[in-house]
Amino acid sequence: MNSVRRAVRLAFEAAGSSGAGTTSSAVVGPEPGTRVAPSSTPERRTVELRIRRQDAPDTAPYWQRFRVAAKPGDNIVSVLRALRLDPVTTDGERVDPVAFEHNCMEEVCGACAMLIDGSPRPSCSTLLAELGDVIRLEPLPKFPVVRDLMVDRARLFAGLQRVQAWVRLDGPWVTHERAPRISQRQWAADYRYSRCMSCGICLAACPQFPDSAGDGRGFIGPSALAQVRLLNAHPLGRYDKTARLHAIMAEGGLTDCGNAQNCVRVCPKEIPLTTAIGELGRQTTLQALKDLFGG
Amino acid sequence: MSGRRVIVVGGGLGGLWATLAIAAGGHRVLLFSLFEVMRSHSVCAQGGINAVLDGKGQHDTVEQHIRDTLKGGSWLANQPPVKSLCEAAPGLIRTFERMGVTFSRTPEGLLDQRLFGGVQHKRTCFAGASTGQQLMHGVDQQVRRLEADGAVQKLEWWEFLALAKDADGTCRGIVAMDLRSLEVQSFRADAVVLATGGLGQLYAPQTTCSTNSTGAAASRAYQQGARFANAEFFQFHPTAMLGEDKTRLMSEAARGEGGRVWVPRDPADRREPGRIPEAERWYFLEDWYPAYGNTVPRDIASRAIWRVCRELGQGIGGGDRVYLDLTHLDRGFVESRLGAILSIYRKFAGTDPLDAPMEIFPAAHYAMGGLWVDFEHDPATGGVAPGSPRNHATSIPGLYACGECDYGYHGANRLGANSLLSASYSGRVAGEAVLSHLAGIERGADSLAAAPFDAEVARQQAINRELMAAERGENPFALHEELGALMTSRVGVVRDNASLDRAIDALAELERRAAHMALGEASPWANQTLAHARQVQDMIRLARVMAVSARARDECRGAHYKPEFDLPLPEGRQEGPDWAHYRERWRANNERWLKTTVAEHTLDGPRIDFEPVDLSVLAPDQPRDYR
Repeated sequence: MNSVRRAVRLAFEAAGSSGAGTTSSAVVGPEPGTRVAPSSTPERRTVELRIRRQDAPDTAPYWQRFRVAAKPGDNIVSVLRALRLDPVTTDGERVDPVAFEHNCMEEVCGACAMLIDGSPRPSCSTLLAELGDVIRLEPLPKFPVVRDLMVDRARLFAGLQRVQAWVRLDGPWVTHERAPRISQRQWAADYRYSRCMSCGICLAACPQFPDSAGDGRGFIGPSALAQVRLLNAHPLGRYDKTARLHAIMAEGGLTDCGNAQNCVRVCPKEIPLTTAIGELGRQTTLQALKDLFGG
Repeated sequence: MSGRRVIVVGGGLGGLWATLAIAAGGHRVLLFSLFEVMRSHSVCAQGGINAVLDGKGQHDTVEQHIRDTLKGGSWLANQPPVKSLCEAAPGLIRTFERMGVTFSRTPEGLLDQRLFGGVQHKRTCFAGASTGQQLMHGVDQQVRRLEADGAVQKLEWWEFLALAKDADGTCRGIVAMDLRSLEVQSFRADAVVLATGGLGQLYAPQTTCSTNSTGAAASRAYQQGARFANAEFFQFHPTAMLGEDKTRLMSEAARGEGGRVWVPRDPADRREPGRIPEAERWYFLEDWYPAYGNTVPRDIASRAIWRVCRELGQGIGGGDRVYLDLTHLDRGFVESRLGAILSIYRKFAGTDPLDAPMEIFPAAHYAMGGLWVDFEHDPATGGVAPGSPRNHATSIPGLYACGECDYGYHGANRLGANSLLSASYSGRVAGEAVLSHLAGIERGADSLAAAPFDAEVARQQAINRELMAAERGENPFALHEELGALMTSRVGVVRDNASLDRAIDALAELERRAAHMALGEASPWANQTLAHARQVQDMIRLARVMAVSARARDECRGAHYKPEFDLPLPEGRQEGPDWAHYRERWRANNERWLKTTVAEHTLDGPRIDFEPVDLSVLAPDQPRDYR
């Protein structure tokens, strides 16, 4: 569990909410010798969602409140789905269903990231049991709002293009060559970076990643850098290491990282983003020397 | 770029592979997706991808992969495509590896392989327990590179609504809706490939599928004349987490790596599972199927769990749940091989599968059936003819289909880790077929008159207008819930004709109600309710195809199980007069039912026909017996 989750939970406990004893154990795992089955928390509760809404990219945001009945095991996506059936505010006004993104509901597609009580998180794996009775939902910051809780993360994917996050294949055909060997040790290190689900949570939390409201120039952000780390280590990806390093040595590249370390704290897949950035620091230093002296 | 323009709909594994193959032939691809392509359901595949590398000292062979796949599918798959699929698998794996896919390794740095269901060899390559996501990274990166070169243009946040056909009935493009501006527009192309995935949402919420796996796109193509095959064959995955919003997949790799399925001998036993002694546990799969044990194929495992819970009342606490137990395995080993699913279970159930067994039950998972696609048999090899324009062609000229939305490879039941294989392989084959198709085109789509395109746009706009204008009517989200409940209860793991008749009537009624929906919003921008309402209408029509196909098949085969027509295996070994008698009955049943179901759209509902299966590779000599 990362520290943001812990902070969220601590805030919840400090609020002294009733039912914390049974429900929060579902977050941190069971005490030794006890068992918390998915069905063993029968009590229902009501929570209030305060949702920041926005009808279109160029209109002003506004807030609405909804009261929803929470079932055991509910998460933010499941209550937003339930709310679509009958979107009535606490003032009794029937409003448009809240627009939000989700797909896999098991934290691998990356679609459902949003700001939950001020923290950027995947909404499918954020269980109500770990939250208070009033929950604030906002669109993921830094990205342009499309509508309500939907944002446009095109910049994230543009970053991958900028750093040439690919292996340059001759073509997708079969070459009849045995593939290169990779040690288990290297696999274990690389695999962590390939769990990235392009959710944008690290970018939302990064103080250096520029807000879309600005001119769009600035730090490329940790997610693309981690892919440079990954591809530079691959036996074939290595052939284009220099081009990738030059891409991140340019404006908005590696040196724009302010070392706030927010990214590694919020990443839901626990990707060691700052380790990648550290490794790339060494790689770019060497590259700069090579550029200077040739070789 | 001098080539022609091709449309690929869907950015999962099949669509991205088709895109790569078409772009490699020098043509330009317009790639449509409902969302950024990396959100596609392919990323949810966990356990692995099958390919015979024979790196585990078990004398595995491609012939055995072919046999396992055909037999696992109850011999219903056309055999030449399966043969070619299995033969191509090792080369595909090498290609993925060149792309940089992080496959798990042996201590020697080679590709590791593990055991999966319905197989007795370690044949499954894997990348931890997130293999689908890792394969997607590989092809996504390659497509991004083509995008940078201008060979591919992505249209993300667009929904396919209809095919655009010329006067001869040839597909010449599509009509699609921008999911933000709601603009409806036609796009011309010299070939169209549908790679639009599965349809598990017909069973929501009791499904492992993503919420966008609605089958709506395949339904739309079907309603415009594409034939739909083997719709009644739908796989229920035996090991899904319990959940009210979604039943999350716990990979078959959990069983392949040594996980055991059991229930307390006394269903009223309230003790913690760890405190129940071995003698008081019932490992029913190992008991019933000693040869394959916990790694029987999915249809068998799902029915066994169903029987234990529903017929014998032996589920945990008498309910719909059994244990999937990993606690006896080495913790470090399990963490490195299955980390991704352990993390899902910990996050959503709140318990650690390394401390206490998981609680699971079958859930809707994978459509073996799908859009009917052709193939060209190559007599020289016994497989499919490489590059033939017939491969993966639907019944509509110019329209191709690949991935889960086709019906090609899995017969009546898919073996685990064959879906990532078939999605990748079929995408590549469909792409190569498109290259041949393009070579035969005389008049490009750009030279055609605008009228048929404009007419289809107008028809689709009218549907939107009507939905947006309705002030009173059914809630589309509520109708979807009703559909899921109906399909789960009546077109599920166990079927009977009376219940299917009621399902067909109920679906007709749902379709009537779905014609009068009220969106509850009239927003002209990013109106998700509009898109969903349209999907629900098309999902109900597809559900009807499934129910009518299931009604038409009076036998048990793979995932389609009607107890009334069951031919139970005789007790004991495969010998003696009982076995001989059983085999005769089994053969006679094959005479009658070993046929592909083909549904065609008519105004009165689906018209069902049967066509012969190509059995030219391996005569169906063995009844399935995993005991």
